[in-house]
Amino acid sequence: MSTLFVYAIVGIGLFSIGLYALIMQKHLLRKLLAINIMGSGVFLLFVSLSMRSVTGVLTDPVPSAMVITGIVVAISATALALGLMIKIARKSAKAELCNLDQE
Amino acid sequence: MIEVFLILLPFFGGILSFIIPKFNKVIGLGTFVLTLFFVFGLGLQLLDKGSYYHFIGGWDAPLGINLYVDGLSLVMLGLTSVMGLSLSIYAKKYFICKQSLWFWTIWLFMIAGLNALFLSQDIFNFYVTLELIGLSSVALTALSDTKEALTGAMRYLLITLLGSLFYLLGVALLYHGFGSVDIVILSKKIESIPVAWAALGLMSIGLLLKSALFPFHFWLPLAHSSAPAPISAILSAVIIKASLYIQLRLWSSLFIPLGADLYFEVLFAFFGSLAVIWGSIKALVQTRLKMLIAYSTVAQVGYLFIAFSLALGGISIAWSALVYLILSHALAKSAMFLVAGNLLHFHGHDRIIDLDRIAQRLPLSTTAFALAGVSIIGLPLSGGFIGKWFLLEASITKSNWVITCTILLGGLLATGYVFKVLGFTFTKTAFSQETKNISLSMELIPLSLAIMAIALGFFATPLFSLMEIGNPFFIIRVQP
Amino acid sequence: MNVNTYIPLFVILSSFVPALIIFRLPQKRHTLRTFLNLFGIFMTLFFVLWMFIGVYHNQEYLFRLPLLPNLDFSLKAGALALFFTGLSSILWFITTIYAIGYLEGSAHSSRFFGFFSLCITATIGVALSANLITFLIFYEILTLSAYPLIIHRGTEESRIAGNKYLFYTIAGGALLLLGVVWLYVLTETLEFTPKGFVYTIVQEHHFASMMIFTLFIAGFGVKAALFPLHGWLPLAMVAPAPVSALLHAVAVVKAGAFGIIRVVYEVYGIEIVTLLHLMTPLAVIASITIIYGSLRALFQDNLKRRLAFSTVSQVSYIILGVAIAGPVAAMGGIVHLVHQGVMKITLFMGAGNFAETLGVHYISQMNGIGKRMPLTMVAFSIGALGMIGIPPIAGFITKWYLGFGALDSGEEWVLFILAGSSLLNAAYFLPILYRAWFLSPPQSWPDEQIFSKTETKLSLLLPPLITAFFSLIFGLFVATPWSPLSWVQLIIEREFY
Repeated sequence: MSTLFVYAIVGIGLFSIGLYALIMQKHLLRKLLAINIMGSGVFLLFVSLSMRSVTGVLTDPVPSAMVITGIVVAISATALALGLMIKIARKSAKAELCNLDQE
Repeated sequence: MIEVFLILLPFFGGILSFIIPKFNKVIGLGTFVLTLFFVFGLGLQLLDKGSYYHFIGGWDAPLGINLYVDGLSLVMLGLTSVMGLSLSIYAKKYFICKQSLWFWTIWLFMIAGLNALFLSQDIFNFYVTLELIGLSSVALTALSDTKEALTGAMRYLLITLLGSLFYLLGVALLYHGFGSVDIVILSKKIESIPVAWAALGLMSIGLLLKSALFPFHFWLPLAHSSAPAPISAILSAVIIKASLYIQLRLWSSLFIPLGADLYFEVLFAFFGSLAVIWGSIKALVQTRLKMLIAYSTVAQVGYLFIAFSLALGGISIAWSALVYLILSHALAKSAMFLVAGNLLHFHGHDRIIDLDRIAQRLPLSTTAFALAGVSIIGLPLSGGFIGKWFLLEASITKSNWVITCTILLGGLLATGYVFKVLGFTFTKTAFSQETKNISLSMELIPLSLAIMAIALGFFATPLFSLMEIGNPFFIIRVQP
Repeated sequence: MNVNTYIPLFVILSSFVPALIIFRLPQKRHTLRTFLNLFGIFMTLFFVLWMFIGVYHNQEYLFRLPLLPNLDFSLKAGALALFFTGLSSILWFITTIYAIGYLEGSAHSSRFFGFFSLCITATIGVALSANLITFLIFYEILTLSAYPLIIHRGTEESRIAGNKYLFYTIAGGALLLLGVVWLYVLTETLEFTPKGFVYTIVQEHHFASMMIFTLFIAGFGVKAALFPLHGWLPLAMVAPAPVSALLHAVAVVKAGAFGIIRVVYEVYGIEIVTLLHLMTPLAVIASITIIYGSLRALFQDNLKRRLAFSTVSQVSYIILGVAIAGPVAAMGGIVHLVHQGVMKITLFMGAGNFAETLGVHYISQMNGIGKRMPLTMVAFSIGALGMIGIPPIAGFITKWYLGFGALDSGEEWVLFILAGSSLLNAAYFLPILYRAWFLSPPQSWPDEQIFSKTETKLSLLLPPLITAFFSLIFGLFVATPWSPLSWVQLIIEREFY
């Protein structure tokens, strides 16, 4: 139980740190890193929760499969985001989201 | 078997159009025509057999992945394929050669994702398809390659990833708690324990972010208004509804038994009403047409959630209102975005006060905008009217006068912003503007979409009987 | 299922289909456009006449189409429905001839005539609706299709007037929608029934019934230009003259008044409205509107604005007749649908002729206009005298029955309203007549156009003469079996009492 608890706490912690950084950081690269950290938190939690019995002998393979799918998605999303970021940086000379609404 | 082809066909179409870019338009259009036929066949099958499951590879849940078809998924699939085909015809003329290279592949992938989503019956597949749709719509938004579009796309990407992560966290908790991701199995096992509640909260946050319910709407106007016209259309028409569809499925089979509906009823009604008022007022003060239409979407999402709230409150007619509003908003709003695309092309700008005598020079586009506006406002006889009628009926049955007034006020504000645009299409600007020609198909597509939005008003009865196949909203409780 | 079922639908389609074709006609196809217009009108008139004869012999015309679960789109030609249909279609014919003379050849006539026919379609639909939801549908179509006509000229002024018009009417429509849905939730039917259907719920939902009635009156009151909801009407006068003549004097405002008639007689029923103590407030509002409209009319120098305020005042006679709650007064009120229609359209077409031929828009410019355009001015004078209520013109009949009906129901105060408003009518119409006939004409007119044979274009001259003639014979031959009044008697006997 306690092992599971630790993993869960770490997972939630990573998720929260990532969320905080995503909102607070301005630079797009940092935002992307924050999203990835959040993702890692979720994956960690997901995998750790698969431990279904207290002793940890029996593990459920399905979450691992799902997490792998999730990681694939995360990689492609990051790639797309990096591409976009570079384009934005070229257009506006800085890799930040400027506030266009207020214009 | 048909339902599998609905996913595979656009997927392979996408790959094929990437490999053979020379024929990408033909491949794209051909795929959509075929998809439409398949949806039609699916409908016939559904009418014949009623709702049914398809076990991919013969494996049943929990090991395999199930596809499920009922009236609701059929209606959404139908909407997607009709929109897909119309927008493809429009896009064929709209995109210049270089954009066209990327457009068709991503576009077909997106449709594959949407079809898969509407056929899915497990919460993890919802996640995967959501990501598929999210990533492809971000890429499509960025296709305009302007500073606004890139910024909008980036913001959209961050939001959609954030939403997905929240959702995935919820999936993890549900799986941990009840040992399955299949909705049917879950619905049998679910009980009111903290894990379920936490999952409900997290999934709702994630999905609400994606559905852009006030106050999570902040990313929507820029992304929707800066994307190329056909993309704006599909974003407002179907993509936003995809995450709403997931919530519909989750609520009707998982969350209502938890007894959480009371809180969410109030929550949805409150934020839905705020969205209607805020979105409409923001739309009213916009000076650019596409921004106006995008803010109108914010308001319309509010209507959807008001309907949702009433449905959670046990008024079964509100489910019908919700689906009807989804359909009519999709058709009308996409017509509006396409008209905006035409005007942008015609004048080179979309400033509302400088719409120089459009009513005379582009009568078809103006008509399309006007008809779409009629449906958005909810004037009779149009799809929007039927939706609004049911919504009012539900809110009056519930004696909820605040919501009733919000609905009416929203209609008035919508009249304000629609006719603000239409009024300026009659007037002449002081300076002369250069104009470009618009091909006929680019005018006819929005017109036919708008006419469909109007025609929805005439086919309420058959549509309802279609929608009710398999009784997708099977938890219909009697009013205490 | 025989052909009679479809006739109400045919009437609607015979103006709707030409409208759709006209929209797509290029600007220069004058002949085809005129042909389509007239073809539509004659088809409509043919079917309407057919139904008139049928209804007289107790034939029923009912068309149904399921719209929502439990709710139908249904059209029914009863005596009252036909009364309004007949009025709209005959005046449509006359106004179309006028409009062809007035607008043909100017820009965007396809758009104009398209929306014009669409408005008529909607008005006839309003008349023939057999339940509230169908009524609401056509009512809103009317609202919308009148909008492009108001901003037809495309000036900033007309755009603002159009926006104001929409603001009023859409808000009214929203109130109406609320009322209709609320009523439907309570009664689960919306079908117009003689003597009403609200009595089933009035015991249980007393307050709700009152609220719904108020919503209906407020919603219809916008179009019927009841005080204080009349603000859009004088502004809408920026529209071309045929629009002001047919729509703002007949179709649009009457649709509102007609709605009130339907609600009072066939949704609530006189007894229930009296039971709810709502008749007297309605009569009072109508009276205030009558006096207020006349007072405002007194101070307008712009001829069309004066006529517009006169409309505000006159339409409320209809509502007053309904609200007095007696068969005789109701006759006076309902027959005023037609009487006010023919008289006011005469006045508007006269005003249009002055503006088009001489460029005269203001009453102060009208000195001696009777010498330059005697025939138009004769028609105008008949209309004006009729409005004042001078026998034997149609307006007199209305006032006679209203007054008689008021005495009959013991509401003597109405007589003062009638007398006061007749005085005011005289006060704002007689000076115009005096100027026109007895003062000497100016050296030159603001913007004169010379026509060799007649005083103005023939197509502009004939319509007001015809309608003036109608207002005269409707007054003279009241007692004949086919006069409007006799038909109203039939309505009252069959549907109201």
